Amino acid sequence: MNVRQWSRDLGLGVRFAFTGGREGWIRAVLTAVGVGLGVAVLLLTTAIPNALAVRHEREEARLDYSFSAEVPRKADDTLLIVETDTTFRDKDVRGRLVEPEGPDAPRPPGVDVYPAQGEMVVSPALKRLLASGGSALLRERLPYRIVGTIGESGLIGSQELAYYAGGSGLAAYLDGDGATRLTAFGNPKPTHEATDPVLVLLILVMIVVLLMPVAVFIAAAVRFGGERRDRRLAALRLIGSDGRMTRRVAAGEAMAGALLGLVAGTGFFLIGRQVAGSVEVLGMSAWPSYLNPSPLLAALVALAVPAAAVLVTLFALRGVVIEPLGVVRTARPARRRLWWRLLLPVGGLAMLYPMIGQGRTNGDFNQYLVTGGVLLLLVGVTALLPWLVETVVARLGSGGVAWQLAVRRLQLSSGTAARMVNGIAVAVAGAIALQMLFAGVDGDYTESTGQDLRRAQLQVTVPEGAPLDATAEKFADTKGVTKVTALWEGYLGDASWESENGPTRTSELTVGDCAALREVAKLPSCKDGDMFVLDGSDYDGDTPVLNKPGTKLYLEEPGGSRDESVWTIPAGVREVPSAKDPRNLKRGGFALTTGALPKSLAASVRGEVYLSVDQSVPDADDHVRNTAFHVDPMASLMTWSATKQDRKYASIRSGLLIGSACVLLLIGASLLVSQLEQLRDRRKLLSSLVAFGTRRRTLGLSVLWQTAIPIALGLLLAMAVGLTLGAILLRMTDTAIRVDWPSVLAMTGFGAAVVVLVTLLSLPPLIRLMRPDGLRTE
Amino acid sequence: MSIGHTLLGLLESGPRHGYDLKRAFDEKFGHDRPLHYGQVYSTMSRLLKNGLVEVDGIEAGGGPERKRYAITDAGVTDVERWLATPEKPEPYLQSTLYTKVVLALLTARDAADILDTQRAEHLRSMRILTDRKRKGDLADQLICDHALFHLEADLRWLELAAARLDKLKATVTA
Amino acid sequence: MNAPGGSLLVAEDLKKAYGPTMALDGAAFSIHPGEVVAVMGPSGSGKSTLLHCLAGIVTPDSGSIRYDGQELATMNDARRSLLRRTEFGFVFQFGQLVPELTCVENVALPLRLNGTSRKQAERTALGWMERLEVDDLAKKRPGEVSGGQGQRVAVARSLVTSPRLIFADEPTGALDSLNGERVMELLTEAARSANAAVVLVTHEARVAAYSDREIVVRDGKSRDMERVV
Repeated sequence: MNVRQWSRDLGLGVRFAFTGGREGWIRAVLTAVGVGLGVAVLLLTTAIPNALAVRHEREEARLDYSFSAEVPRKADDTLLIVETDTTFRDKDVRGRLVEPEGPDAPRPPGVDVYPAQGEMVVSPALKRLLASGGSALLRERLPYRIVGTIGESGLIGSQELAYYAGGSGLAAYLDGDGATRLTAFGNPKPTHEATDPVLVLLILVMIVVLLMPVAVFIAAAVRFGGERRDRRLAALRLIGSDGRMTRRVAAGEAMAGALLGLVAGTGFFLIGRQVAGSVEVLGMSAWPSYLNPSPLLAALVALAVPAAAVLVTLFALRGVVIEPLGVVRTARPARRRLWWRLLLPVGGLAMLYPMIGQGRTNGDFNQYLVTGGVLLLLVGVTALLPWLVETVVARLGSGGVAWQLAVRRLQLSSGTAARMVNGIAVAVAGAIALQMLFAGVDGDYTESTGQDLRRAQLQVTVPEGAPLDATAEKFADTKGVTKVTALWEGYLGDASWESENGPTRTSELTVGDCAALREVAKLPSCKDGDMFVLDGSDYDGDTPVLNKPGTKLYLEEPGGSRDESVWTIPAGVREVPSAKDPRNLKRGGFALTTGALPKSLAASVRGEVYLSVDQSVPDADDHVRNTAFHVDPMASLMTWSATKQDRKYASIRSGLLIGSACVLLLIGASLLVSQLEQLRDRRKLLSSLVAFGTRRRTLGLSVLWQTAIPIALGLLLAMAVGLTLGAILLRMTDTAIRVDWPSVLAMTGFGAAVVVLVTLLSLPPLIRLMRPDGLRTE
Repeated sequence: MSIGHTLLGLLESGPRHGYDLKRAFDEKFGHDRPLHYGQVYSTMSRLLKNGLVEVDGIEAGGGPERKRYAITDAGVTDVERWLATPEKPEPYLQSTLYTKVVLALLTARDAADILDTQRAEHLRSMRILTDRKRKGDLADQLICDHALFHLEADLRWLELAAARLDKLKATVTA
Repeated sequence: MNAPGGSLLVAEDLKKAYGPTMALDGAAFSIHPGEVVAVMGPSGSGKSTLLHCLAGIVTPDSGSIRYDGQELATMNDARRSLLRRTEFGFVFQFGQLVPELTCVENVALPLRLNGTSRKQAERTALGWMERLEVDDLAKKRPGEVSGGQGQRVAVARSLVTSPRLIFADEPTGALDSLNGERVMELLTEAARSANAAVVLVTHEARVAAYSDREIVVRDGKSRDMERVV
């Protein structure tokens, strides 16, 4: 075979792809969009590892932990920094108070000049937020003047809310009160995130699951306009080209579509990349520059897509004889054989089998075996489905006219039908497996927090020194707060905390009004001035020993700077049973009403304020945050939830949901295109059927059956394979097998919904095509 | 082809000398076979005898070529009847049909009517032949088919002529 | 035009425009039970549009079409479809057989649309296929039979519901003379024996010769040749 001949034929095909009038252009554009969407997804996937790496690097570079055990001395190159993270509505704001102690103080990435006291530099997103209306509640907490913005290198996402504000006197907060003295930012020994093997498994499977349908989709897209192309090829044969030449021309056409698709895909990707810079998903955003596909992978995509297009076309033409007068499909194609189709999934199972029971602890999953196994199982779906459709459809019995029309059509071209739903089947099978895996490991990644939302929804920690009653009052007066439980806490020891060995026995001290104390103990009676000792704590062994009137107890001073306060246990301390406190713990130690606390001790207890909030009041949480800020800028606030999910796990799960939704929509689009194409080719037939009185309903129903039957089979197969794969993956992670039926049903339902949607969308053109205009000869 | 009807038709547009009539006839219909003067004079005298034309005037100098003829009412009716009667479908019909069509155009009659009438007549013949063919044996069928194909050829010519009437009108009345 | 008493279908003053072109501009038509009427005319003259109007496939912009005393022009689509299913039969030039169904299934289709059981419908269909000499093709698909055979299958389908009126739009248009004649012979014979009237749109005189009468459509206007002769 010679190169010139090849390139001439391919070139002819390329020309064919772009000529042919309006019809030709529409086909070229459809193919380009189809392949382009696939390419964009591929490029995005190749960019993700890079994006994650860059993000991780940036996060490491701005770490403001002191990586040495000792606090460095104040010097020209030191910096004091305090974390003042807050939340506005549901968005996290990264906040830092900084105070350089000399001209050579280290600067965080993205910050050129330190803000002076009362000033701050902010991220672009925070600047926009503060400038927009409705951010007054946040402004109240950030009463600094904006003097600059943080550069891209200091942020981990374009939508990140962050600020550095100038502070003073932060040295007072060293030693555990929140301030850190730094000589440099960043981790001196940058880590590579050691990822949990199960997470790696999840990500691997997810990428395979998302990419498989894209491949199927691209394969379908290059076949758009197949029937028309066949006619064109026949015309080529008529004027004297031989079988091989026509095949090369066909390949050239497909390649042209794929090349156009590559261009379109690059365009889509670049647009998507810019868009990605301005959106925030799950609290994560990225800079467009993060999304640079690795050159190697991008080159691979650029080569693989056209090559795949050519191969798919040649493969598709395998059973087709192009004759000068038309295309003859081998009249009765050989019955599809089962055995080699079964080989694929069986091979996949064989590859996955050795991994079973590895578990999380020693789960060093062989990436190749896992990917290969999952891939084979899913490819098995695409190989089994045509066989399944053919076998089942051949046995389908009689029914109404609509049913008969649909079944006969499927019997004659079950391959086309199966190809159309292959993508959906693969996507659903993969998604079911992943959902199962997620649901299975759910327990491991979702911790119960033990917090009881009925008792409080917000918890504010107030540093010591705030006036007890007045603080509680302030929170009670805050808009939206329905209940305040202010508990002041401290630690008591039997010896001075400054002494060489420290106290040997310790006990807790809880202070509050009677209502607050009833949240931690069962009090038979209570009036201000009462004192109690709590009995029945889960872990407190020291208190019964210490509880002797006259014993001197030393109150811990967290800052360690003030004189120690001493409390002598007076007579009249009543023993009461401890009860579960808002944090779901039974605490021990002493509980004093505020009136019973000696004045000298009041400045040394830290406040824990538990708040119930009327969530129907808009921005109730932010009003509380503002109150906390006014009480003490360093007060920290937690919003309670019943469970806490591992962030990483949550984002993978959401990524999967979003990804499979996109993929299903993509496939839905290609289904629609081929459906419309098929309808257009049958325009004359449809019109004549209508002429002799066929109801539109009958034809509409037959279109529905025609997609519904293969889809139903596809979804059944997808469920079987998905559940099997899910079970294996769960066994691999040593987790009990549990079928997450709601998500299985949701995924199948989603697949079915796409089909219904496609059918509905193809009905208007169907009705238009059934108009008698189709009978007019053009 | 009826020369008498044709000459009558030519006279419909106004009285003419015999010489004029010959020239007009030759120009419109006699491409390959021009009329002899003798033919014109004998025909005119027959028409004169039948009262279909009359002598409008004779110019000085005498001689048959100096007579001017005009059509009578009876003559107009005769032309009318002739045009409206379809020809019996037979070979070499076209020159007669052509003459009829041109005359109709010249005399501002509906030429399409003539063609339609003729095509109905043809189809009637074809129907009879088709019917005979259906009932007859193979020999009958072959004979009928031969006739049918000829009739069909005529019919196609009729269709074509009908489609070109406007063009023809522009030519002959130019 | 006079509307002869006892007409099966009478249409008067039909007008239909497709965009700026007047496909029909005052056409008229009538047919008696059992009559075969050819509609002739050059292409683009509006003869197919006339057939579509007469058959209730499209509604004319104005004019009236009465079938058996019912006005078609103002009938809703469901009623017209019902009429087409039960009273009319159709034969087109090509592309009318469902390629996936076997020939006998194709012939049985109109009966099935009327709710006849599959068995019953296919038995009746086979009877008609026998009359049109294509019963040996019953199990074949349209793609596997010749053009003439396919057209005969289509004729069988048009007759299977025992319609009173058959509309045939260039039924021999894609066939050679021999096959075309055979199809016409079988169609008119079968229609006559079933006392079905046939509206035959054709531009071929030899096909029109199978009719009892013809009308010519030219520029959207019809001429009834019976009146002229």
